[in-house]
Amino acid sequence: MTTNKFYNAIFAAGITLILACLMIGVKLDTSGTQLAVKGATTAQWTWIGGGIAIVFLSQLFTNQIDALFRMIPKPSISTMLPEEKKMATLKPWLIAGAIVIMVIWPFMVSRGSVDLATLTLIYIMLGLGLNIVVGLAGLLDLGFVAFYAVGAYTYALLSQYFGLSFWVCLPISAGMAALFGFVLGFPVLRLRGDYLAIVTLGFGEIIRILLNNWTEVTGGPSGISGIAKPTLFGLEFTRKAKGGEDAMTFHEYFNLDYSSSYKVIFLYLIAILLVCFVIYVINRLMRMPIGRAWEALREDEIACRSLGLNRTAIKLSAFTLGASTAGFAGAFFSARQGFISPESFIFIESAIILAIVVLGGMGSQYGIILAAIVMTILPELAREFSEYRMLLFGLLMVLMMRWRPDGLIPTKRPHLELKQQ
Amino acid sequence: MSQLLLDVNGLTMRFGGLVAVNGVNLKVKNRQIVSVIGPNGAGKTTVFNCLSGFYIPTEGSVMLKNKQIAGLKDYQISRKGLVRTFQHVRLFQKMTVIENMLVAQHRHLNTNLISGLFKTPNYRRLEQEAMDHAVHWLKEVDLLEFANREAGNLSYGQQRRLEIARCMVTQPELLMLDEPAAGLNPNETKQLDELIIKLRDEHEISILLIEHDMSLVMGISDHIYVIAQGTPLANGTADEIKNNPDVIKAYLGEE
Amino acid sequence: MSEFSLYLLQQLINGLTIGSTYALIAIGYTMVYGIIGMINFAHGEIYMIGSYITFIVIAGLMSMGIVSLPIILIIALVVAMFMASTYGWAVERVAYRPLRGTNRLIPLISAIGMSIFLQNAVGISQGFRDVALPPMVTGGWALGNPADFEVTISYMQVIIFAVTFVTMTLLTLFISKSRMGRACRACAEDLGMTNLLGINTNKVIALTFIIGAALAAIAGLLLGLYYGVVNPFVGFIAGLKAFTAAVLGGIGSIPGAVLGGLILGVTEAMTAAFFPSEYKDVVAFGLLITILLFRPSGLLGKPEIEKV
Repeated sequence: MTTNKFYNAIFAAGITLILACLMIGVKLDTSGTQLAVKGATTAQWTWIGGGIAIVFLSQLFTNQIDALFRMIPKPSISTMLPEEKKMATLKPWLIAGAIVIMVIWPFMVSRGSVDLATLTLIYIMLGLGLNIVVGLAGLLDLGFVAFYAVGAYTYALLSQYFGLSFWVCLPISAGMAALFGFVLGFPVLRLRGDYLAIVTLGFGEIIRILLNNWTEVTGGPSGISGIAKPTLFGLEFTRKAKGGEDAMTFHEYFNLDYSSSYKVIFLYLIAILLVCFVIYVINRLMRMPIGRAWEALREDEIACRSLGLNRTAIKLSAFTLGASTAGFAGAFFSARQGFISPESFIFIESAIILAIVVLGGMGSQYGIILAAIVMTILPELAREFSEYRMLLFGLLMVLMMRWRPDGLIPTKRPHLELKQQ
Repeated sequence: MSQLLLDVNGLTMRFGGLVAVNGVNLKVKNRQIVSVIGPNGAGKTTVFNCLSGFYIPTEGSVMLKNKQIAGLKDYQISRKGLVRTFQHVRLFQKMTVIENMLVAQHRHLNTNLISGLFKTPNYRRLEQEAMDHAVHWLKEVDLLEFANREAGNLSYGQQRRLEIARCMVTQPELLMLDEPAAGLNPNETKQLDELIIKLRDEHEISILLIEHDMSLVMGISDHIYVIAQGTPLANGTADEIKNNPDVIKAYLGEE
Repeated sequence: MSEFSLYLLQQLINGLTIGSTYALIAIGYTMVYGIIGMINFAHGEIYMIGSYITFIVIAGLMSMGIVSLPIILIIALVVAMFMASTYGWAVERVAYRPLRGTNRLIPLISAIGMSIFLQNAVGISQGFRDVALPPMVTGGWALGNPADFEVTISYMQVIIFAVTFVTMTLLTLFISKSRMGRACRACAEDLGMTNLLGINTNKVIALTFIIGAALAAIAGLLLGLYYGVVNPFVGFIAGLKAFTAAVLGGIGSIPGAVLGGLILGVTEAMTAAFFPSEYKDVVAFGLLITILLFRPSGLLGKPEIEKV
């Protein structure tokens, strides 16, 4: 058995060497007129050597490594938090505390951090939205970014052509994305899981290609710029009011000196508001009949049908609500950026959102918030590795599926009090 | 008193060239336990699949309370009061026992999103009723203490009972059980036996049963149908079936 | 013939060219799906790797002073097939085999992760931008009246047809005649049963990944030479197209994959003849959605009976 393992390890190391040699060991050189190849630098060879050693050792000790991964305790919310009863009284205080901290925090840190936090909040919204579809209803949607795009373009176009304000457009964008979700979902939700994944992926690409080519309306690849920022009851956050004669800016109204960080903080606070709203709604949904039906459908579709549940209606509701959350996030995204183009809505974006859901543990809200934070902040902290960002995301998805398909924080089932009769 | 609940005539199911079920007739009256038996591969489960709407039968009529149900979608049939269990237990494994029971009552609940978000009185009342109903049935099958346990963690016998309870909260008139005793130990089989009889006598529903455990079938059935190779072979009371030469031949083979 | 019909004929030839490479890639999807019922999402990346290996080998051989075209192409083909098969095998071993028998979503997510990983691994080591190769095979035959509208079949297109034809013939022979081929068919019929009969199904599954990857590498070589450029993202769209072809023909069916590939290629070429070429992708995906909705078993596939 041990010798067998040893041969296995040598074999794996050999394969790694072959795989690495022609990809990392040799590099296509396009600098000259003719295509040429050049060998890798010593440093790269060291990396290859290191990689081979890792593969060799990990093959040799697979059992031990598997055991090690299994030993990493699964954080269970129920053991980390106080008892159910205490929790019930503590919870409102904890939530209030968290909100207060989140509101005060931006006034004490740099503009950049606030901006990054806003971006993270967008990803939290997207993750929570996709979680309805993938985590709860078990429908793999690889074209989620399409609904994000629909929301973003809805606001951008309405603001551009009709001058509608952000607050008016927000529900419209969500509704528009929901409509797209409904129209796509109606025919395709009958498909089996993996087909659905490919069809939604195709749909995402179609939306992107259309945005890219419908130049008269969407501006094509150059996108739409100068999208209006949200206002606070009509107060703008620009240096000078643009909205006509009696329009005022925020700093004029409150007699403050103009500072661009008001705008950043204001956007951050809107994002907090939106995220809290989304969390509240989804939290309620999960405890409502429809939320239970989503999960039941994920667990066993045939059993659902045999109990009189209309699977198409249930799937459609998950798909549509997920899409509307993306539309919500999209509208906010275009308001924050002030500029959107099809470039922001490529497949990679869908993959990142999916990675957030997967990492967060499909179905768990806490997990998704944590994952969104990790996934947006880590790449910013390690900017020199930004090239490796997607590489690591991909690797993480593979590893997570192998060792922790339930995610970092597995879902805890709600405990229902029974009235004893 | 004994009205006809289910009346199946000439039920036929073909897959391509293969005839899986050929001209099966079944009659189930109110408050009756009817069994369908037959050797392995006789097409019993296919009959169930046709009745419950998972397959659309190629030919034949299925009348439930004098209304044609053949051709309806599976979820529509179950809403009409014909609900089934599965040969291999199909629970919502990662959901709790009580959640399983609530999902089954989905269509009796207030599924309006707005009333759910704001917890309107009507929403709360229906939710509470569903809970009470679920608790009642969990008690009936002796699973109340596991209400907040994940269904996948129950023992096999408990899972079987939960599946039946889950069907019962949908308030069916005809319950179809597909090999409910498979994999149960003698003690659990005896409990099942009692439960089925109780369902008929106290809850006044009819039961259509596929089962291989002959002592269970013979002990509780009011009427038995035998099918072999998709074709009806015999029907009658337990005693008639026991002494029917065709049935003995089908089970034991030609001499 | 009128100018217009000559134009259509030209588009038909171009469509069949691309279509036959789609068919080569589609076989990888269809064989894997036929046996383990999963979409090998990273398959398009194997095709992309095949293209890169081809470019590397060609550039390497040329810088060594080897100029004979047949020798270069044959060496490139052999190396690309070998390397891509190794990648295909490794992907199966690392990302799919440990997950066999789990919930359907899990291997699919792992496959998506693998696809992203490979795209970026190649991008980081070879650069994310286009790499261009000067045309290796030039010239062609002209058909029709040159004064009107010239229909050409380039030698490269001829090579693509010939190679595809030979490959398909060999594959068909392998599947229908050899012992391993028989095992493959048995696994596609009933994996569990084949396992019980004492056939090492792990080996058979690995073999389908290797065959699929080798065929994708052939497609990588052919399309790489045909277009003359490659970048780390070519596998994504090509993979989607090939998957569409596999579904169109009936997933699990090898003749179906070929038929689907050709139909898709021609449809795209015809679309490009009348609309801006970007819309050909829209048409391809539209076709995929339509097929799945109205005939999910495809043109030549067997309808799946839901088991309860």
